[in-house]
Amino acid sequence: MKLPDAWLKRIEDLDLPVSLKDALKSGLEEAESVTEEQFERIIKEVVEDYEHAKVEPCEAVGVVAAQSIGEPGTQMTMRTFHYAGVAEINVTLGLPRLIEIVDARKIPSTPTMTIRLLPEYASDRDMAREVAWAIEATSILHLGSIATDLAEMNVVIELNEDAMAQRKITAEEVAEKLRDATGLAVDQNGNTIIMAPEEPSYRELLQLVERIKKVTLKGVDGIKRVVIRKEGDEYVLYTEGSSLKEVLEFEGVDPTRTKTNNINEICEVLGIEAARNAIINEATETLREQGLQVDVRHIMLVADIMTCDGDVKQIGRHGVSGEKASVLARAAFEVTVNHILDAAIRGDVDDLKGVTENVIVGQPIQLGTGDVQLVAKRIDEVVR
Amino acid sequence: MKRFAVQDHELVPEHILLTPEEAQQVLMQYGVEARHLPKIHVTDPVAKEIGAKVGDIIKIKRKSPTAKESIFYRLVID
Repeated sequence: MKLPDAWLKRIEDLDLPVSLKDALKSGLEEAESVTEEQFERIIKEVVEDYEHAKVEPCEAVGVVAAQSIGEPGTQMTMRTFHYAGVAEINVTLGLPRLIEIVDARKIPSTPTMTIRLLPEYASDRDMAREVAWAIEATSILHLGSIATDLAEMNVVIELNEDAMAQRKITAEEVAEKLRDATGLAVDQNGNTIIMAPEEPSYRELLQLVERIKKVTLKGVDGIKRVVIRKEGDEYVLYTEGSSLKEVLEFEGVDPTRTKTNNINEICEVLGIEAARNAIINEATETLREQGLQVDVRHIMLVADIMTCDGDVKQIGRHGVSGEKASVLARAAFEVTVNHILDAAIRGDVDDLKGVTENVIVGQPIQLGTGDVQLVAKRIDEVVR
Repeated sequence: MKRFAVQDHELVPEHILLTPEEAQQVLMQYGVEARHLPKIHVTDPVAKEIGAKVGDIIKIKRKSPTAKESIFYRLVID
């Protein structure tokens, strides 16, 4: 049935999440006929049920979240490497990846990006490949061979015409880049480049070869490989190595849908809220990939705690656990002696307000009914 | 090099800078002081984009997998 405007307004004004309001509206629309009286009753029931489903005050949500993620975590494969499809890009998954996420490591062990392209590039394999070549870091080894001439004491680079054409770079550009990077004279003649070290010694010569090999001639530093995969009807690029800021500015890249698995990088480039979303997505994906189902609310809580200071901080000694107010709670976690020693030197006081410290001293914890305190007034005060 | 708005990225929810009056109302509603709110750095890309200053409060409209949309507040710190 069609809902009267007054009812819609009534639903909008309820103190319910948007998803519930939508469900309520669509449920009512599907119903054959609802009277005013029934409508009021439905609303009353929904609001009551919602209030009932809410987490109660003093509920230890953190402990519940820890257990809800920890228990499935025990069933995760200890060491898993996954190859993303045929494209043999190695990505850390399973328990090591989950640990990496909650530890807020600066650089993940296998940084990788998922680059989505603008519509006109995403549908055409050749254009997608051109973007891939533009992004992939090109070194001299991609373009030709490098050899040392010990008689002349110089380095001879033979460039391959086809390889250069493919990567859209000319011999002049290569010579220019090498000149800038090494600060040495570069003798370029057609596809042959000759360079000599400052001092004519074997050591210098070999070092120069190593330096030349490391120069990034084209593309983004740190992106070692780019592979193209077709997903649905669009081509998507996957990379080994990550450099979000630079890749977002490339021609053909869709900056609104391109991601990396490096959470700190997301925090720097897209902000703390994006980092929070990235933590949720990465953690859920890691668990889901292992066939484990964890309610997203627990992961959201972890992500909220990790990002509440404006930086991504780890769950651990240098982050959430290390910032606890209670000395005993910190000591119970890691490096016990240091915490107790420091507290003794500073003369810290433990208020015994948390869970851990009360368990340690053998008192009831201040949670649930344990959090309610009774304050008695003397009878003469009450009478007066 | 083209620039894009950080807020257009699919990972970034909508950030709204609150006026001092609105900020005061939020604090009253939750019965907290500004320093009790979660923080956001003034150097945060989104905070810079909307021109927030230290001490401002930013309202964030998150897309939530459970509630579809949820409101969050952050205090801008340096």
